[in-house]
Amino acid sequence: MIDLFLQAAFAENLALSLFLGMCTFLAVSSRVDTALGLGAAVIVVQSLTVPINHVIYTYLLEQGAWAWVGLPDLDLRFLKFISFIGVIAAMVQILEMVLESYVPRLHGALGIFLPLITVNCAILGASLFIVERNYTFAQSVAYGAGSGAGWALAVIALAAIRERIRYADVPAGLRGLGMSFILAGLMSLGFTAFGGIALP
Amino acid sequence: MAASLRQLSEPIVDNNPITVQILGVCSALAVTTSLSTALVMCVALTVVLASSNVVISVVRHHIPRSIRLILQITIIASLVIVVDQVLQAYAFAMSKRLSVFVGLIITNCLVLGRAEAFAMQNPPWPSFLDGVGNGLGYSAVLTTVAATREFLGAGALLGYPLLPSVREGGWYQPLELMLLPSSAFFLLGLAVWAVRSRHHGQIETTEFALRSQVLREDR
Repeated sequence: MIDLFLQAAFAENLALSLFLGMCTFLAVSSRVDTALGLGAAVIVVQSLTVPINHVIYTYLLEQGAWAWVGLPDLDLRFLKFISFIGVIAAMVQILEMVLESYVPRLHGALGIFLPLITVNCAILGASLFIVERNYTFAQSVAYGAGSGAGWALAVIALAAIRERIRYADVPAGLRGLGMSFILAGLMSLGFTAFGGIALP
Repeated sequence: MAASLRQLSEPIVDNNPITVQILGVCSALAVTTSLSTALVMCVALTVVLASSNVVISVVRHHIPRSIRLILQITIIASLVIVVDQVLQAYAFAMSKRLSVFVGLIITNCLVLGRAEAFAMQNPPWPSFLDGVGNGLGYSAVLTTVAATREFLGAGALLGYPLLPSVREGGWYQPLELMLLPSSAFFLLGLAVWAVRSRHHGQIETTEFALRSQVLREDR
């Protein structure tokens, strides 16, 4: 469990080694406080949706899941994309309503980032990975939390670096987007090193 | 005719979805370790983008504004399911190599971005051209990055060895860095730099002018 969490957070970091959620990663990484808000929102949504999608896939979509109503050959696996994205959109919506009514201060901080998360491919990507790798339910909980934490870590670190280089004399054509790519590349090179660590 | 041609060619360099609009970057980086996967991904994305633009543009007057995002995502997801099933049926090995990235076309901001920015306001034929044009712009960046990575990283293109590598008794020492994820970031950053040094209008302004820059401009 813990090794899966660490692996998902560091060695297989969603943003830096699998390039998931890049659009938001580059767009919302100019300031540390916004990056913190988005990172927290991603961790919450990721830890909820990945296990829920795992349950839906195993008990509703997989071949033989409907055997108890006499439909052993029914194979609904092709519906996984549409049902996963539906779950993600619904979860984001529910989370937004819950936060708004019970924790309005947190909603004020996270509010603008929640809709962005629906189209963040890191969330859908993690749900698709647990299917492709045949994780069990417990593994999917660890993977969801770990990959969310890894993504948050990467976005906060990139935002911190970008804040530091705001006063740097970057070549005109590289300003902004170009430099963010190079920085992400260097960070990704650093994260590659985690791949060499043997986890217990 | 000229207008349609312009609409088709504009997103390829001048308004490229990846280097200018910053849309669809995720998959652009992930599938570019070899040229063949990148090409399949380009075709899949262009098909989805063009057809989703057409479908959304046809039904655009019937979509209530409040639920338009979820309807757009549902339409795109259905089209992606079709593409994924076709790939699994006719190119199973390739669909295994692309793994989750075909499914991730759903959340590719390029598709949703064009649907929202263009197809919701325009009739089907211009939307189709816009979809194909943006698909081609995406493909141009993807194939360039993938060709560079495969050529330098393995000395081959589309799997055919071009430079005899050291391992097979030749002289070319493959640049392993090109196969690591970080090289995709570097290449894309350099591509942005290359495009912007030709099109100065795309250069971002800095929040603060540096003293050295101010002095340089005064001179």
